Amino acid sequence: MKTLLTLLFLAWAWPAQAALQIFACEPEWAALVRELAGERVRVFTATRASQDPHHVQARPSLTAAMRNADLVVCTGAELEAGWLPLLLRQAGSKPVFEAAAQVPLLEIPARLDRADGDVHAAGNPHIQTDPRHFLPIAAALSRRLAELEPERAQDYRARHADFAARWQAALQRWERQAAPLNGVAIVVQHKGFPYMERWLGLKQVAVLEPRPGVEPGAAHLAKVLEQVQRQPPRLILRAAYQEGRASEWLAQRTGLAVVALPYTVGGSEAAQDLFSLFDDTLTRLLAALK
Amino acid sequence: MPRFAPLALALAASLPLPAFAVSEADLQTLRAELAQLKSAYETRLKDLESRLARAEERPAPASNAATPARTLNPEIALVLSGVYTNLTQNPANYRITGFAPGGEIGPGNRGFNLSESELGLAANIDERFRGSLTFALAPDNTVSTEEAYLQTTAMPHGLSLKAGRFLSGIGYLNEHHAHTWDFVDAPLAYQAFLGGQFGDDGVQLKWLAPTEQFLELGLEMGRGRNFPGTNQDKNGLGSGALSLHTGSDLGRDQSWRGGVSWLASSPRGRTWEENNLAGAAVNNRFTGQSRLWLADFIWKWQPEGRRTSLKVQGEYLHRRESGSLTYDTAGAASSDVYRTVQSGGYLQGVYQFLPAWRIGLRQDWLDTGTISLGSNAANLAAPAFRPAKTSLMLDWNPSEFSRIRLQYAQDQSRQGLTDNQLFLQYQMSLGAHPAHAY
Repeated sequence: MKTLLTLLFLAWAWPAQAALQIFACEPEWAALVRELAGERVRVFTATRASQDPHHVQARPSLTAAMRNADLVVCTGAELEAGWLPLLLRQAGSKPVFEAAAQVPLLEIPARLDRADGDVHAAGNPHIQTDPRHFLPIAAALSRRLAELEPERAQDYRARHADFAARWQAALQRWERQAAPLNGVAIVVQHKGFPYMERWLGLKQVAVLEPRPGVEPGAAHLAKVLEQVQRQPPRLILRAAYQEGRASEWLAQRTGLAVVALPYTVGGSEAAQDLFSLFDDTLTRLLAALK
Repeated sequence: MPRFAPLALALAASLPLPAFAVSEADLQTLRAELAQLKSAYETRLKDLESRLARAEERPAPASNAATPARTLNPEIALVLSGVYTNLTQNPANYRITGFAPGGEIGPGNRGFNLSESELGLAANIDERFRGSLTFALAPDNTVSTEEAYLQTTAMPHGLSLKAGRFLSGIGYLNEHHAHTWDFVDAPLAYQAFLGGQFGDDGVQLKWLAPTEQFLELGLEMGRGRNFPGTNQDKNGLGSGALSLHTGSDLGRDQSWRGGVSWLASSPRGRTWEENNLAGAAVNNRFTGQSRLWLADFIWKWQPEGRRTSLKVQGEYLHRRESGSLTYDTAGAASSDVYRTVQSGGYLQGVYQFLPAWRIGLRQDWLDTGTISLGSNAANLAAPAFRPAKTSLMLDWNPSEFSRIRLQYAQDQSRQGLTDNQLFLQYQMSLGAHPAHAY
């Protein structure tokens, strides 16, 4: 109620100010901006849940949206290496907030060799699969937003405190729910879940892609099948944006359940915001375990 | 460790000496204390280890800008390219009937060839400028500077300025480096009107409108050192260009960009070799004005969640040249009026039917239009002919960084001759992550 009153007051106090325009590279950051800034900012989301955020082209619509942005909020860690620098060059450089710079990254490669596939020098960029990451990211992003609009700093602080409290509570709930997932062996299609695996204690026993970003061939799949028969997992995980062929192939041969996780906001019917994203993720994982 | 080791040692050393004087209970206490010390020490060590592990996980302090250049400064990009060419006509006498040649035209040499390799270096210079240099390494062991420019990065109001040597922003294909093209060679219209691709030394100002619809205006001024201009020594401009592009998304899966451009140049003494009506090779020279209009359009369909796509693109070029032509500069050297109005274009479609495979078809056409030669018409031909070319390509892209392409083309640029062309080409990209340009 207090937040609401503050908000109402603030909405009344600065009615004429033009809304901040935020360019979010991925839907999860757009959702986080909405949590931290409410409806007052205009958020443009460059990619959708059904797109691989790596394979995006610097389309004219993206350049135009970048032109008007006050802040660019992206994962970083080279996830957008193919198109973000190009957009920033075409539309004039903008302040960029990199979420990946706020959390410790896993899988930092010991060597950088493209023979190992599309490796990211900074580490695995799929940080949005661990909800604990959203706490430091939200704190830093809220500070950044407040820097852009110093006259609304108090409101940003209040909104952030509210979000952090709700998130903490949700985290406790999720961790309770997810207890049965601890130690469950899984196969993943793409190395896209190391953070979620660490959070939930899932054990990755095989990867369908031979190297990151490389489609699995028949020979590699046969090898995975053999590996899986030796060390039987319980689930096969893939992100909603990925083609299901390889996972279905393995599922048919092993009788394992394939879980298509929303991966980001909008990745499933239920995943409409950050909270429902993790609600839905856990619901799907737990349902597949039964 | 250093804090606890001496203490533990001292304790251990003091144990046997007073042992006979202490009771069993004292000994028990001492043992318990020692165990406690040991466990405290282990906890500390574990804590240190975990802190170290966390520190190792943490990335290096990230810069503000989301560039891929975390480890390389400047970014280095190398493109390796080679081609096997099989032609049924001799490329030595390649020409496009009715079009005065300039720049790089033709299918290149027969047999195994190195195509143009490229070495590019780029980096932000400071908070205001970015610099980029691209060397083109030609198969004949010559190195040329394809691009060398600085670009502003922090101009307000959607403005950006480029200065130096760069590929002009006219049309669609011109700005793209050859290794990103969908076919081995440039369309016939680009060869006839731009000598393959137009780059110049000069400045370019671009303005991106603050609208939801992409709208970009470009203005270029240069010395006009390349075809259709000529290198000349003067204080003024040798070439100028204007371009206007717009584009947007159509629903979830489609997007487009289109535009019009204009390139003006004033060649002084542009020379070329041509056969006269008697069949003898003569050199001609042209001085005058060249005005080129381009219209370009590209439409892409990229359904989400699938790595297949379709793109259709086309460009139309229309050129008007007027001035004076000197016929046979080494012999007769007769000068008279020269006026041409010529046009051409291409239309192509590329379908990515599997994540790694694409197939493409391109149709090229040219129209010799009207050619007025004045009194030189007595020696030079002014053919009415429509050169055409059909190309079919198939390429395999095992990763974002490699491509192997097979292309077959039926080239009817020479009146009365059909050249069946077969190319097998590789294009490899090393170093900095290639940009996913639209």
